[in-house]
Amino acid sequence: MSTLDKSDVEKIAFLARLGIDEQDIPEYATNLSNILDLVEQLNSADTDEVKPMAHPLDSVQRLRTDVVTEVNDRENLQANAPEVEAGLFLVPRVVE
Amino acid sequence: MHKKTIAELITGLNAGEFSSVELTQTYLDRINSLDEKLNSFITVTPELALEQAKQADEQRAAGKAGILNGIPLAQKDIFCTKGVKTSCGSKMLDPFISPYNATAIEKFNDSGAVMLGKTNMDEFAMGSSNETSWYGPVKNPWSLDAVPGGSSGGSAAAVAARLTPAATGTDTGGSIRQPASFCGITGLKPTYGRVSRYGMIAFASSLDQAGPMTRTAEDAAIMLNVMAGMDPRDSTSVDEAVPDYTASLNDTMEGLKIGLPKEYFAEGLDDSVARVVEAAVKEYEKMGAVVSEISLPNSKLAVPTYYIIAPSECSSNLSRMDGVRFGHRCEDPKDLNDLYIRSRGEGFGAEVKRRILIGTYALSEGFYDAYYVKAQKTRRLISNDFNRAFEKVDVIMGPAAPSTAFDIGELTDDPITMYLSDIYTIAVNLAGLPGMSIPAGFVNNRPVGLQLIGKHFAESKLLNIAHKYQQQTDWHTKAPELFS
Repeated sequence: MSTLDKSDVEKIAFLARLGIDEQDIPEYATNLSNILDLVEQLNSADTDEVKPMAHPLDSVQRLRTDVVTEVNDRENLQANAPEVEAGLFLVPRVVE
Repeated sequence: MHKKTIAELITGLNAGEFSSVELTQTYLDRINSLDEKLNSFITVTPELALEQAKQADEQRAAGKAGILNGIPLAQKDIFCTKGVKTSCGSKMLDPFISPYNATAIEKFNDSGAVMLGKTNMDEFAMGSSNETSWYGPVKNPWSLDAVPGGSSGGSAAAVAARLTPAATGTDTGGSIRQPASFCGITGLKPTYGRVSRYGMIAFASSLDQAGPMTRTAEDAAIMLNVMAGMDPRDSTSVDEAVPDYTASLNDTMEGLKIGLPKEYFAEGLDDSVARVVEAAVKEYEKMGAVVSEISLPNSKLAVPTYYIIAPSECSSNLSRMDGVRFGHRCEDPKDLNDLYIRSRGEGFGAEVKRRILIGTYALSEGFYDAYYVKAQKTRRLISNDFNRAFEKVDVIMGPAAPSTAFDIGELTDDPITMYLSDIYTIAVNLAGLPGMSIPAGFVNNRPVGLQLIGKHFAESKLLNIAHKYQQQTDWHTKAPELFS
């Protein structure tokens, strides 16, 4: 049984930088605990000799030649940014 | 015109019976007058559609018509479309105008297809009922009280209601096949890596795959001819030759070996759905197929395996939504953490948050081996089950979903039961196999889908098997009364 409490949910939410409303935390704790209970079933499977499967066809990462393929398209790409100035993305001050 | 399949529309366009502009206008008018009942589109693009239709008509006149020249299509709002809002069903991306096209969209454009608009979907494709969309739920054209399934619910509803001849979907755990089943249309999830994922907003990168949602298997074959192929821009795209998927549609069913997994006809399956599926299998026996019972012993591990792998990959993929480079940003952030936390908190809905939390937990220090690596191992057990089964049979058949479409609001308070509605589809994604759902009948006027599962890259075979059934039955021709 994996039961997550309020402080677990707060900790995970901070790791994910994900704001959740205080009033919703108990419900998330219940939901997440239920999902983890469902996942407990995996422990019934003997996987000691099984290799983890990352790609359904067991393909390996393809490499390409190291040449420039994309053109600089900054203005177009930054058109979606909430705040830009002089070609830079703006965020709140990080270094005092 | 709206009653015709893609194959029939191509014949009509070739014969000059109507132009693409006329055809496109017909569908735009239907969307305009009927979609308020369904909410199947997030964005309709009439100017772009008519411009593309005009160009298609000119290309046809010049003898330069591509495969889908002049055919209107709807694109799931998960595909990046240049200059058009690409929201992925989320408030987070409501302000996002894609600066580029997904490879699938480029391929449709190159083939001369016309885009009618972008279809509604569960937020970031996370859901089985289309109720997690920030743009509101989609209604099922067969019963406006019912969900259309999800996550490609808008695409399924739009095709079923004849608001478009066909649409695209994406399928991470059943998101093409389950809504196809609920809406009574044909849906194909190809082999993992068959269709490029470039520009298709990622949910779970080792599971996501795009495919066609159509009225007939023949139309799905035509669509896949355009969509399939290796793409250097998708590192998991597979370099495997693309056959002409229409070439083998009429191959015989004589001697076809069908396996019915006993685990798919066990507890949890609605009796009336089971009877429809059994009747469909009987049709194949009449055509000369040989049916046997098989076992996929690790089936019960599929849902728990999926609910580690998919949320883990989603928590990583969705970390790019940070309020800095694109998407929603909160008002007056006081520092960088506040910017991230509030932008993401405001931009994402409850189901997306649940999955990010689960994934973050599963990947966090001390838990990675117990959850993610364990799930990757059980994933292989599930995949091995299929490999063993395909030593004995050519195709696996069963239900696409355990029930017909449920009512809107019926399962929203019960995420786990909602997850179990994908119980028969999830294993196929974990194993990377191609799967289809085709209309096989009705229970209380709600459609039932027959699921077909094939070996890797056996799309031609699945389309052939589906097409032969559609030559013998007329379930796929049925239209919902309000939209006939």
